[in-house]
Amino acid sequence: MAAISISNVVKRYGAGARTNQVIHGVDAEIADGEFVVIVGPSGCGKSTLLRMVAGLEEISGGEIAIGGRVVNDIEPSQRDIAMVFQNYALYPHMSVFDNMAYGLKIKKVPLGEIKTRVDKAAKILELGALLARKPRELSGGQRQRVAMGRAIVRQPQVFLFDEPLSNLDAKLRAQTRLEIQKLHQELGVTSLFVTHDQVEAMTLAQRMIVMNAGRMEQIGTPDEVYQRPATTFVAGFIGSPPMNLLKGVADGSRFTVGGQTLSLPGSAPRAGEMILGLRPEHTGLSRNGAAGWPLRVEMIEMLGAERLVYGRVGDALFTVRVDGTLVPPELDDSVSLQMAPEHLHWFDPTTLQRVAAKT
Amino acid sequence: MSCVESTNGRRFAGVRSTANGHASEIASITHAAALRWTIRLRRETGAALVIAIGKIAISLLSAFAIVYFRFPFKGFFFWAIFVTLMLPVEVRIMPTYKVVSDLGMLNSFAGLTIPLIASATATFLFRQFFLTVPEELVEAARMDGAGPMRFFKDVLLPLSKTSIAALFVIQFIYGWNQYLWPLLATTSEDMYPVVIGIKRMIAGGDAANEWNVVMATALLAMLPPALVVVLMQRWFVKGLVDTEK
Repeated sequence: MAAISISNVVKRYGAGARTNQVIHGVDAEIADGEFVVIVGPSGCGKSTLLRMVAGLEEISGGEIAIGGRVVNDIEPSQRDIAMVFQNYALYPHMSVFDNMAYGLKIKKVPLGEIKTRVDKAAKILELGALLARKPRELSGGQRQRVAMGRAIVRQPQVFLFDEPLSNLDAKLRAQTRLEIQKLHQELGVTSLFVTHDQVEAMTLAQRMIVMNAGRMEQIGTPDEVYQRPATTFVAGFIGSPPMNLLKGVADGSRFTVGGQTLSLPGSAPRAGEMILGLRPEHTGLSRNGAAGWPLRVEMIEMLGAERLVYGRVGDALFTVRVDGTLVPPELDDSVSLQMAPEHLHWFDPTTLQRVAAKT
Repeated sequence: MSCVESTNGRRFAGVRSTANGHASEIASITHAAALRWTIRLRRETGAALVIAIGKIAISLLSAFAIVYFRFPFKGFFFWAIFVTLMLPVEVRIMPTYKVVSDLGMLNSFAGLTIPLIASATATFLFRQFFLTVPEELVEAARMDGAGPMRFFKDVLLPLSKTSIAALFVIQFIYGWNQYLWPLLATTSEDMYPVVIGIKRMIAGGDAANEWNVVMATALLAMLPPALVVVLMQRWFVKGLVDTEK
């Protein structure tokens, strides 16, 4: 097992005037045995970052070290890592056994040892009965397990997962998520897991890295990222439905959005232009004319356990999540919104960074 | 094979012998001719095999280089190969003849086969096939520590075996049916391939043609390619229609 240290890593494609920089100096320290998830929208550079750790992409600048050894110029096979690909990349003409054993055969591991290791991995992943089959005779979930088995038998220092669950259906994905978690508890191998799915990120991560447009927006535990998003991007990306962000002018305990002045339960950290964030699930809704922000209901979505109520605060769209068992408001109803002071998030409108609340 | 032909030959030798009274002499000549035909058939099967296998080996490797390696002027080399597709053999035959004769390869097995081995078509087909092999497979092999040749041998070759089989059938028959090139590159009679041999059996002018012998030889000449098609049929069809990867 090993720690991974990523320092000021940069990735550029092309040269000269046509240079296209896709990663702009990422720094992260991943502790030995930690499970870290890199999450972000498509095209944010998360897979590129993972592939640089794997050695499949050249590192244009900065340094990546695995277990204290700088690996910038080391071949992927020499980095003591194993990777699970999104489409599994199983060798179609080889049996499940051969797929798992191939890397070991190349390393010239003795046949007896290969057999023990593959059998052990097959037992962990319940693949024992499938060892003689070809990948095309397996279901999606089984293929995914073979891909993980191939990673396990190598007994690497680091596991790299590149969106391994995105080709599975929803039910299988939830199940495999738990299996991966269990596997990590058993083996305790340092893992880097790339996904665009925030549920996967929140459930699997011990710490998560939120990336956007080639930059790291925040690194922290899922709790930290959810409770104290560092930027408006993180605030909007983590949480479903996303956090409501209102751009307006703060003045003490008043906040003006699009000509509408709202009173805040606490006071703003500073006066002037600010962005106020409020999660749909942290907003209360009452229909009986209680004090609060007025909202006219424009749309309602029923999701089963909960209902999403859409309306407008000032000139901005605002979402409120209400318990599905409560009597919902009607369309065009006027309701009022209540919130607790600790649920207000403040961001600077120019840097988009979080501004600490007044205590 | 030789048996059938030699009986035929002898019967005719017999007919002739009554006419000119050199029975034993002619019989031995036709027997030698039969032997020559056997050797010729065998040699030509060899040549067609060398052409087919050579074409496949060369084009597999060149397609591998073009798809998986970065080297200077890669695009140029690909187009250079591709452009030769547009030139039929007949157009290139004079320069090819010059090269082969300068190398002293006329009238030899090498001269009959080597110039026919380079193949833009097969290179292009394999290139197209390699492009459909998922990128992740290459990366998985790299993670597993397989070098380029190891990847070629362990992953690409097994994956392309149906295409190889289909191409083998096509190229074997192509090699077998060569007419123009052997006609130019060989001058001695015992280097002539079967097809030319048949042509030469049909005498011009007033001489009577031994059509039965010509037909029998034509039948014999059809045997090897027919055999290849029959034996490889299942693979051939699979290679043409298979999309499983």
